[in-house]
Amino acid sequence: MSQAPVLELRGIDKSFGPVQVLHDVAFSVHPGEVTALVGDNGAGKSTLVKCIGGIHPIDSGEYFFEGEKVHVGGPRDAAALGVEIVYQDLALCDNLDIVQNMFLGRERRSGLVLDEATMEELAARTLESLSVRTVTSLRQRVSSLSGGQRQTVAIAKAVLWNSKVVILDEPTAALGVAQTAQVLDLVRRLADKGLAVVLISHNMNDVFAVSDRIAALYLGRMAAQVKTSEVTHSQVVELITAGRSGELGLQNGNGATP
Amino acid sequence: MTTTTVPEKGTTGAPAIGAHARDYVERVRGGDLGALPAVIGLVVLCAAFSVLRPAFLSPINFANLFTQGAAVAVIAMGLIFVLLLGEIDLSAGFASGVCAAVLGVLLTNEGWPWYAAVLAAMATGAVIGLVLGTLVAKLGIPSFVVTLAAFLAFQGVVLLLLKEGTNISIRDETILAVANKNMPPALGWGCAAAGVLIYAALQVVQARRRAARGLPATPMPMIAFRVGALAVISGAAVFVLNLERSRNAALVSLKGVPIVVPVIVVLLLVWTFVLRRTAYGRHIYAVGGNAEAARRAGIDVDRIRISAFVVCSFMASIGGIIAASRANSVDPNTGGSNVLLFAVGAAVIGGTSLFGGKGRALDALLGGAVVAVIENGMGLMGYAAGVKYAVTGCVLLLAAGVDALSRKRAAATGRG
Ligand SMILES: Nc1ncnc2c1ncn2[C@@H]1O[C@H](COP(=O)(O)OP(=O)(O)OP(=O)(O)O)[C@@H](O)[C@H]1O
Ligand SMILES: [Mg+2]
Repeated sequence: MSQAPVLELRGIDKSFGPVQVLHDVAFSVHPGEVTALVGDNGAGKSTLVKCIGGIHPIDSGEYFFEGEKVHVGGPRDAAALGVEIVYQDLALCDNLDIVQNMFLGRERRSGLVLDEATMEELAARTLESLSVRTVTSLRQRVSSLSGGQRQTVAIAKAVLWNSKVVILDEPTAALGVAQTAQVLDLVRRLADKGLAVVLISHNMNDVFAVSDRIAALYLGRMAAQVKTSEVTHSQVVELITAGRSGELGLQNGNGATP
Repeated sequence: MTTTTVPEKGTTGAPAIGAHARDYVERVRGGDLGALPAVIGLVVLCAAFSVLRPAFLSPINFANLFTQGAAVAVIAMGLIFVLLLGEIDLSAGFASGVCAAVLGVLLTNEGWPWYAAVLAAMATGAVIGLVLGTLVAKLGIPSFVVTLAAFLAFQGVVLLLLKEGTNISIRDETILAVANKNMPPALGWGCAAAGVLIYAALQVVQARRRAARGLPATPMPMIAFRVGALAVISGAAVFVLNLERSRNAALVSLKGVPIVVPVIVVLLLVWTFVLRRTAYGRHIYAVGGNAEAARRAGIDVDRIRISAFVVCSFMASIGGIIAASRANSVDPNTGGSNVLLFAVGAAVIGGTSLFGGKGRALDALLGGAVVAVIENGMGLMGYAAGVKYAVTGCVLLLAAGVDALSRKRAAATGRG
């Protein structure tokens, strides 16, 4: 479990206008492991993920992938590296169907023409591997799906590609008990297949159930990144709410000032 | 609930048709009306006008409908690209006027050959679209404002090109033929037959391929129904257009499918292919549906935006050429007055949403037919232009209302 990180960020700063959202954030994810990214509302989890995905340009800091320094200038760069993200707001096109959404921006073609049959087969296979049994037709528009079904489509979209890193931003937020269990199971299976998985969640039980490491963001700073087996529930809660917990965490006061 | 992975083979007859019909009813009830309002409107209007004015049904009037509606339908087809993004191009009408003026000046004043003048007019359209699209996509000025400004400016450009309003007559035979000449009757039949056969072949091959791979395919009876419908409609149209419509056939014979018809059909096929079968078309829908999702999928949203305006103005240039051909001249009013509103009306009546993300190239023809029938029928009834405008305005409002309501209903029933 001590493989070199596949993705590593160092000293990431990110501001939106005058508001600095990320301060000198370091973050690493390892192959074959589930890294839980936790933090209060507004801590900057989604922003960090969007920086990784190339949605937001980073102001400063370094981005390493498989040990090499890379520049991610847009979503295509991240996808080319093998980083797939399920965004908190899902980012699906309501007016397109399931298959169209899953292949959006990366359509299969034969010549000029879209290869619908192949895309449909691959989509069906992926959904099957996620044991999704609640969708009547792959040609259904996404707007006609329930919240949980939409979430499943977004996840399927991310695991469709042979990616190395899969990041899930609160993937279970809209799910029922059974489907949450399914997603967590999937998260574990992806990691066991050797992928690096990042799971953002507010649910401590879920975090402790599936993660190998926990990274806690506090007001835009990385309070700590620790092995799950070495911390307790209450320590993580303290890291989330106060930025520190005993020896762990930000040591200078409340961490809000540099 | 069933699973995704057991595809219905769909090769069984009646139940499959039944399933398709149920599916359709379900969609319509969910607010996805598609072409339904336009088709119903067309049938009702045609029935009403033919009862009130039997002349409406005469072969010559039927042919007139095509040549009258052609320019608007072509402009509407281009507008659909912009509307799909949830944008608007108010300048499409006068853009067609500018392109027509370019054509007229080059043909008549400069003596260019027709193909060079046509290319120049089309290039003018493309450049106009490039400028408008860049202003919208890169500077972020709302398309409503950019194209409203262009609307005024292009009106001025037409005047300047035409030397303060003198009209330029078009004398080139080829250009005049577009809206004024007909295909030989046999060729009309040949094209219709070829079209139906190719359509049937494509549908069958596609269904076979999908079935062979175990994917849900369109059932054969459904294909037969579609092919049959296409054959009946195109056959009837060719039949009527091939009737003699000259009042004095001994003197000059007038029959055959007007040449604009195959022009429009080719444009329809090209844009339908682009929208439905290419990645570019898919990206247009994606940007119209959720621009942020499209961006995150790695789609260059700005480029898609710009290209949609290019397509729109390019199609406007073709509309302008058709209008010039039909009028035998270019004047300061070419592409002006009601052209733009008719084109927007045609697209919306045909089922394209003003909110973006929903529309087909075919909508331009369906809606264009409704607009042309209203104009033509009310003209036959002897109504003044004022009444025609008022009625068309009301129909546009009605269509936009249907669009907005079906969207509301779709939101309520969770369908889009
Ligand atoms: N595009 C943006 N422009 C300006 N401010 C932003 C933007 N995106 C995020 N922020 C700000 O950045 C901060 C962190 O937001 P972020 O969405 O990353 O939090 P989060 O940790 O994901 O929270 P949650 O658990 O609620 O999802 C918030 O204060 C938010 O207001
Ligand atoms: Mg978030």
